Amino acid sequence: MNDKKPTTPRRDFLKTCATKIPQWLLVFSAFGPEQARAVDGESDYNPVEHNYAMGVDIHKCIGCGRCVDACKKENKVPEEPVYFRTWVERYVVPPEGEAHVDSPNGGRDGFPELPADREIFRTFFVPKLCNQCANPPCVQVCPVGATFVSRDGVVLVDDTYCVGCRYCIQACPYGARYLHPTKKVADKCTFCYHRIRRGLLPACVEACPTQARIFGEVGQQSSPLRRFLRFNDINVLKPALNTEPKVYYAGASREVR
Amino acid sequence: MKVKKIPQQLIPLAFLLALAVAALVIMRLVLLPETFGEYGHYRALAVDDVAALDIAYAGHQACAECHDDVYELKQQSNHRGVACEACHGPAAAHIEAPDEYAPEVPRNREHCTLCHGYNPTRPTGFPQIIPELHNPRQPCMTCHQPHHPELPHAPEECAACHRQIVNEKAVSHHASLSCTTCHDLPAEHLVDPVMVRALKPSTREKCGQCHASNADSAPEIPRIELATHGEGYLCWECHYPHQPEANR
Amino acid sequence: MELILGNIVNDLSKITGYIYPNEFELHWGILVVVYPYLTGLVAGAFILASLERVFDVSSLQPVYRLSLLTALAFLLVAPLPLLAHLGHPLRSYQMFLTPHTKSAMAMFGFVYAWYLMVVLLLEIWFDYRKSIVVWSNEKRGVTRYFYKFLTLGTTDISDRALRFDDKIGRIITIIGIPSAFLLHGYVGFIFGSVKANPWWSSVLMPIVFLFSAIVSGIALVIMIYMVTTMFRWKRLSMPCLNKLAELLFYAIIVDFSLELLDFVQRLYEAEESITILSQMISSRLFISLIISQIILGTLVPTISLAWARFGRVPDEMRRLMYFIAALLIQVGIFSTRWNVVIGGQLFSKSLRGLTVYKLELFGLEGALTAGLLLILPFLVLFVLTRVLPPWSAVESHVSESPV
Repeated sequence: MNDKKPTTPRRDFLKTCATKIPQWLLVFSAFGPEQARAVDGESDYNPVEHNYAMGVDIHKCIGCGRCVDACKKENKVPEEPVYFRTWVERYVVPPEGEAHVDSPNGGRDGFPELPADREIFRTFFVPKLCNQCANPPCVQVCPVGATFVSRDGVVLVDDTYCVGCRYCIQACPYGARYLHPTKKVADKCTFCYHRIRRGLLPACVEACPTQARIFGEVGQQSSPLRRFLRFNDINVLKPALNTEPKVYYAGASREVR
Repeated sequence: MKVKKIPQQLIPLAFLLALAVAALVIMRLVLLPETFGEYGHYRALAVDDVAALDIAYAGHQACAECHDDVYELKQQSNHRGVACEACHGPAAAHIEAPDEYAPEVPRNREHCTLCHGYNPTRPTGFPQIIPELHNPRQPCMTCHQPHHPELPHAPEECAACHRQIVNEKAVSHHASLSCTTCHDLPAEHLVDPVMVRALKPSTREKCGQCHASNADSAPEIPRIELATHGEGYLCWECHYPHQPEANR
Repeated sequence: MELILGNIVNDLSKITGYIYPNEFELHWGILVVVYPYLTGLVAGAFILASLERVFDVSSLQPVYRLSLLTALAFLLVAPLPLLAHLGHPLRSYQMFLTPHTKSAMAMFGFVYAWYLMVVLLLEIWFDYRKSIVVWSNEKRGVTRYFYKFLTLGTTDISDRALRFDDKIGRIITIIGIPSAFLLHGYVGFIFGSVKANPWWSSVLMPIVFLFSAIVSGIALVIMIYMVTTMFRWKRLSMPCLNKLAELLFYAIIVDFSLELLDFVQRLYEAEESITILSQMISSRLFISLIISQIILGTLVPTISLAWARFGRVPDEMRRLMYFIAALLIQVGIFSTRWNVVIGGQLFSKSLRGLTVYKLELFGLEGALTAGLLLILPFLVLFVLTRVLPPWSAVESHVSESPV
């Protein structure tokens, strides 16, 4: 299964078989020959030259929920308030004791007034989404290879191949995945892969009125993301799990998890 | 007799095993989806499938191509960072067929207050109103042009952008003080709040004007020896002036 | 849509604290509880059978074939709950087609196939081969051809061939023991390897699963042995039953110690998740963990077994106590599976809140389906005992040795 291994004669044989089998065999195949479709205007796109990432500046988030709304519309995420590719959490930290967190409808409609007796010591919004881990536990556990890291560093789901076992949902420490209620396959944020391949920003980034979300590429110099990473103390979520997220947070204090 | 005969029972089993292996091999040959394993343990074409999905949000550059006047106006204003579709919703369909599909034009107050309604969790300095008190029922657009939302007049109170601080102060021992008691306020801050900041106190003497033992202030105000109290620290390095906790 | 929303709003009110919005839906429901329960019974029953075969525990001979058939019956049903819970059951063949070598779940198909084909079916076939050949000559009509088919064309029942059968059966059993360990240890690994979930993530998980499997398997065979013997109007072999109870007693002691060890370890380490997990145990899991799993499912049967086996109890009473203990153990082990699978999803991975599991009665993932899947193996077993009667050889054995 490891592609880096030198090919063995047997593998060569199998490959030859696979390529030389007569066309009539393909007639029985559920997956007939299909032309690779190039997306408009990116014929010379080379995935290995890219490695996408996102910064989230918690100090800038105003909790307006436009990102959640845009994400739902762009990606046709089911409307019910229990399916989100991105959502916004509100943290209210009292002077002592546990932080109070909520995210009504993922923050899509804004946030209701806090109860008058709620003590505020610190308070902030935290946008959440798939962390596009470089070491993704969801990909590790997928039994069939229906979720994977693309060569440009985005974790994607092949919805024609997902069996709907939901092991990936269990394995995601961030609650970023859900089972699509009608497609019955795992679904999650793709960094709006269909947009970034067209040179557009992810919908949430496009819709964010305060630039609290910064989209870019790891290692790309002279970019907003590079500046964001240079001038902020950067955290990732749940670093102890060694998932190596590529969504970087500035201002995520210890309560955030 | 040295040559052992293969026991008869093993022959059908070996045959079944061969059959199972053959079935697996054939299954793999026939059913293995095209491009599976090309770049990793996945169907390489799946990447193209995802990439080929339709977009709903066209991106602000697309809007600017036709609506360059509005776009230019907006770029000069405090809404320069707000993309068109943040308010007008997804517009890719509009770009495909401008006459058939018009993007939303939100005119209700609830839309503006998604960002500008008061919420203590919002970062301080972000302009926020209390909808029930701020010209109730009037559409925002009567006074504010959303593509160039400069204020009709300078804010009358700091709470317009710093309400959470004002609210904190209002229930503290500093309730009776106005913001400008401690903060020097350049007039330009009301026009360009980001570039011209209000000034914070810089010396202990500022606080000492009321709290020093020899200060000329009301007798019930707590006093300290300015020279010795909290030596080496500035006052606000221990006390939070908007919510002074001296009595705790 | 509005109905769904109404339900969601209603259920949202039962959540305490904060859960990630996508965690509202519990993804592994009762069917995934049934699955490790069934595989546990398989592994347990098989390990019991191999004790007789490999370690020559002769008093267990009356239940040797019965446990093999029990293991087979339950193994045949075991993948059904998994299949039924998949979003796309028709795509399940992909697990064989493109198994992801890094995925614990992808290996299920292979572990399962290995166990079913290589271990269980082969062992049963070699064990029954002589009988099958005999039946294929004795029986009449369609059944004759059926048995002829089962012989796979080998009619050699000479002494030499039978000696070979016995030898290879023994080898398969020896391979089978680690395979049975693998099968159920592996099911534990599916949960234990999920680092995102502090309730599951534990190196002890496979081992705890394994021993609870042995406990449940032995208890099941006790029950089946007692019930089938009663319905056949035969006498129970008391030495066999005593031996089974003894083994069950030892297994449950080991199992409970391991679970305690796991519990103490978690409590002592007191990681970030300890607060929410304690909350969960004392509220959401109180009945299923404290009462059903520990008190009813472990402590009561342990005492009952010890008393019945080692105390001065008349045989009548002893049998009753064995039976009740075995029944309670089934309840306990089912609760164990429930507490692992459902418990692992009742708390938010934000470690800030608890959610609820809404067990439906109808529907593919409802309680009725689960009940059906729990009854189905017994029906399969009934058919199997008709096709391959496990007692013919046993009866003579029992009648020879006075009870």
